Amino acid sequence: MPDAASATFDAEEIRRQFPVLNQELKHGRPVFLDSAASAQKPSVVIAKEREVEEQYFANAYRGRYSFGARVDEELEASRQKIASFIGAESSSSIAFTAGTTLGLNQVAFGWGRGRLQPGDEIVITPMEHHANFVPWQQLAQETGAQLKLIPLTDDGRLQLDALETVITASTKIVAVCSMSNVLGTVNPIAAIANRVHEVGGVIVVDGAQSVPHSPTDVQMDDVDFLVFSGHKIYGPTGVGIVYARPDRMNELQPIVFGGHMIRNVTVESSEWADYPARLEAGTLPIIQAIALGTAIDWVTGIGLDDMHQYEHSLLVEATDRLLQIPGMKIFGPDPEHKGAIIAFRIDGLHPEDLAAMLDRRAVFTRHGHHCTMPLHDLLGVTATTRASFGAYNTPQDIDVLIEAIEFARKKLRLT
Amino acid sequence: MSIDELLEEFEELLDWEEQCDFLIDLGFELPKLPEELKTTENIVRGCQSLVWLISEPVTEDGVTKIAIQADSDSMIVKGLIAVLLAAYSNKTPQQIIDTDIEGLFERMGLNQHLSSTRRNGLHGMVQRVRGFAEQHAV
Repeated sequence: MPDAASATFDAEEIRRQFPVLNQELKHGRPVFLDSAASAQKPSVVIAKEREVEEQYFANAYRGRYSFGARVDEELEASRQKIASFIGAESSSSIAFTAGTTLGLNQVAFGWGRGRLQPGDEIVITPMEHHANFVPWQQLAQETGAQLKLIPLTDDGRLQLDALETVITASTKIVAVCSMSNVLGTVNPIAAIANRVHEVGGVIVVDGAQSVPHSPTDVQMDDVDFLVFSGHKIYGPTGVGIVYARPDRMNELQPIVFGGHMIRNVTVESSEWADYPARLEAGTLPIIQAIALGTAIDWVTGIGLDDMHQYEHSLLVEATDRLLQIPGMKIFGPDPEHKGAIIAFRIDGLHPEDLAAMLDRRAVFTRHGHHCTMPLHDLLGVTATTRASFGAYNTPQDIDVLIEAIEFARKKLRLT
Repeated sequence: MSIDELLEEFEELLDWEEQCDFLIDLGFELPKLPEELKTTENIVRGCQSLVWLISEPVTEDGVTKIAIQADSDSMIVKGLIAVLLAAYSNKTPQQIIDTDIEGLFERMGLNQHLSSTRRNGLHGMVQRVRGFAEQHAV
């Protein structure tokens, strides 16, 4: 184990809490290296989902009977846990949505439509996931605003000295990920927020990758909007969070209508409930939203700081070992500037062939463009293989990954 | 290798791991496409891996058959190309149209073992060859 922090962190014990990882497959236990796409769930989260289903399920904010009341109570408790987890002012800043993609679309069109006009600028980065790229591109086309990019350095970090020239008095929105889902790059959100606010714009943060793996403090970073997903933080799929700073909350117009987001409807017009209800059209993902609170408790119980340090030690170790493989190219900055994601290519080995061979050794990685085609264009490749780590990965997983790559190299006659 | 010989050998293999190795072996045996033929027009759309495919009619003794050459940057895809060529090579346009290629893939269990992008890619290659055969069918 590389350092003291990881020595006290019992990843094997954490791993034991994940039923899906405790299976024996043909070539051993699964080595799950795709947490950046979707993390696995610990037993407590699965148990919470069962508890809701089996003990008190009802629709939310509607029934005046004991089940309904319990659901409302559980949802509000979850909202409160999420608020504390990201340092939000209060639970009323937290809206439940279906996930990061819907959340970002909601913020883009709910805030930008009717507010942007020709001459205005939207600033994003080349490393954005399509979910934080395409909505802004489409919003720009719809409103006549201009879409601009903060350029990257050769090692895949934002060129911070370009912030002043790219973010100008015409900039209304800056949308940026706090951590890249391919390069792993961690972006300096507070510094970007500071520049955006100097010019009177708003900052929208795609926190899908960073929120599960390193502490977030929306007030300290002074972000206007933060969006993330439940399923990447050891919680259920189908639920995500939009955080809005209190003074921005009711600037967000709904883009989906119906259900408890309504205050009043006449034949001629409708009025919206206050935030967060105005973003929560239709029936909520009730079980998922409640169990997300349990996932947050689980992460907090272990300690996100410790998790972060531990995952970083895995990142350093895996990077060192991967770089010893002939023909290895890792995309993105050195470990000190990134989270625990490694996107790579090996000369002479197609990423999809590699993924198929790793699968034969029960090593689960992702291959392809990872929903970042503009970034891959910039990198000059159509696809990469991505290994991403979570709290349940162990040093042994790295051994198995390295052995599996050797197996692939042998099968594809590179050795 | 004829498609029947290929199938016979493939079906004797124990499991997908052995079949995957077999496809890789076929891929290594597939003749490389000359670099000058790896042009943008020859790229098959719908593949995540790069696939180049060229087909041309060859008439001998008054009978027109379709000659196909293809290559990829992925070795497993090259193996799939070898299967496709075994099924389609030295056939008339009408024989190509009449070949039940989907049934062949089904029999080989490829639908189960290939990712959806690979299946789309394979479908793209089939469409390309069939389209060409339809243009040249009498």
